[in-house]
Amino acid sequence: MTSAPTESTKVKNRRPRQAVHFGEPLPLGAHLCRASWLCGPSVTWMMLFLVGPLLFVVAMSFAQRGDDGEIVWRFTTENYARLFGQGALGFDPVQPLILARSLGVGLLTAILCLLAGLPVAFFIAGLPHRWKGAALTLVVIPFWTNLLVRTYGWQLILAPDGWIARGLRTANWLAADGELYPGWPAVLIALVCDYLPFMILPLYTSVEKLDPALEEAAADLGASPLRAFWSVVLPQIRPGLIAGCVLVFLPASGQFVIPDLLGGAKLALLGNAVQQQFGASRDWPYGSAIAVVALLVMGAGLWLHTRVTRGRREVALP
Amino acid sequence: MKTRRSPLTGLAAVLVFVFLYAPLAVVLVFSFNVARHGTMWEGFTVDWYLRLLDNQAALAAAFNTLQLACTSTLFATCLGTALAYGMSRYEFPGKRLFHHVLHIPVFIPDIVLAVALLLFFALVRKFLAGFELGMTTMTLAHITLQIPFIAIVVRARMADCDPQLEEAAADLGAGPWLTFRHVTLPLMMPGIVAGSLLAFTLSLDDFVVSFFTTGPGATTLPILIYSSVKRGITPEIHALASLILVVSAATVVTVAFLRGRTEVKR
Repeated sequence: MTSAPTESTKVKNRRPRQAVHFGEPLPLGAHLCRASWLCGPSVTWMMLFLVGPLLFVVAMSFAQRGDDGEIVWRFTTENYARLFGQGALGFDPVQPLILARSLGVGLLTAILCLLAGLPVAFFIAGLPHRWKGAALTLVVIPFWTNLLVRTYGWQLILAPDGWIARGLRTANWLAADGELYPGWPAVLIALVCDYLPFMILPLYTSVEKLDPALEEAAADLGASPLRAFWSVVLPQIRPGLIAGCVLVFLPASGQFVIPDLLGGAKLALLGNAVQQQFGASRDWPYGSAIAVVALLVMGAGLWLHTRVTRGRREVALP
Repeated sequence: MKTRRSPLTGLAAVLVFVFLYAPLAVVLVFSFNVARHGTMWEGFTVDWYLRLLDNQAALAAAFNTLQLACTSTLFATCLGTALAYGMSRYEFPGKRLFHHVLHIPVFIPDIVLAVALLLFFALVRKFLAGFELGMTTMTLAHITLQIPFIAIVVRARMADCDPQLEEAAADLGAGPWLTFRHVTLPLMMPGIVAGSLLAFTLSLDDFVVSFFTTGPGATTLPILIYSSVKRGITPEIHALASLILVVSAATVVTVAFLRGRTEVKR
């Protein structure tokens, strides 16, 4: 094959020094020349508006806040110390709690998405071929609609005088003065609803590839359906499962709109903390430190994701 | 998959779909509700939609949103498409690293990108007199957000295309420009259209990045909805939100249709 290499071969193979182009070898100089005017503008753009600003955030996180909220460029690691619990009077748990709470919420969202996503993935994989595309589209439509609208939709559904809250109170599952919104239940419900597509798509990709013969073999050998699922199906869909969990965990732990609108004042997550520092508190260096920690969490998650999918683009975009 | 699943799987799946669409459905239903307050159904009306036409703030925000989405999508489509073409055909040092950079906006929490751009624009403003936060900064921010999405979709499309078609054109005597114009570009087109439509919805629905990079006077529909939700929602906002929902959903369905059609063709 003397064709332009595809995505997968690009990752795996070492490239020859003279890469091919339309079947003809092209000197590297020509590659550079054409790439520079095709990719140059975008590369410059992303360096200027993405990489540069992110590096600036990292630099800012080591700066200090002046008395009037101005930035004092004197190196300090105080912002990070504060985020990890160093207060004026010894250990102060408020800030680390925000971090822990965000990670916990992300994890819980991922688990709930997994539980809700599994049946959907199996259901779509079991549909006749021509319905699969439509079903997958149905999964991603909500994701591409406005997050704010979906979030306040949950406000309406979970309102204290709404029929769900009243029903739960009648059934005594909710205290008479208890509320679904604002609070944890509303935040979790909206997060799961929001990030479910990120879970369903990779899961579906894995479930599609399942070898049904293995499961039948397990059943023939006397395994109960649960046992067969646990030791035969689950190991096979592990890549999609981990990819889905990472893809849900990462954005969910950094969410800002949902906790802001549904959580009430006391349930700040990382995203809200960043917003507060850049807004009302006007402590940009500290806000930057929180953003950097969020970035590091994302980096770790992505690294895990690449490890699991081994560089294959199992899931790029919903 | 031929294995039969229990009907419980189907039931659970249907429930999950109901769950996914519940918030959208509620907003749509409430936009036709006579009641101004509360969560009770009091009758059908299209009054709230008609009142939007007299709402100057909403109209101005709608105009800003559309202008922002169209401008940024146009720029991002040109940049992203050239990038995707260049990256899938030519080599340059640091290409693999840049491939990863391109995925940052896809995974990064919105708020981090938003404050990074805010810091950057604040820095520029220090050195450049007359540079104000507003439509321009929002457009720059949205293009940054959109380029990766378009490049990724177009590249995926190009990876699916048979490169031998281009070779055949070259063998039959077509020069590089003719080959590009009559073979490569038509092959890329579904990817370009799908990518730019997705980028358009991305801009249309973006709240966090706009919120941080906008200035006084430049309000978009999501920002307007956010401030309304903070103050207390009116049925007019339901109507406005429903219109945005319908536009986004229609765009995504178009994209899916385009993708589906090209898949059948192959």
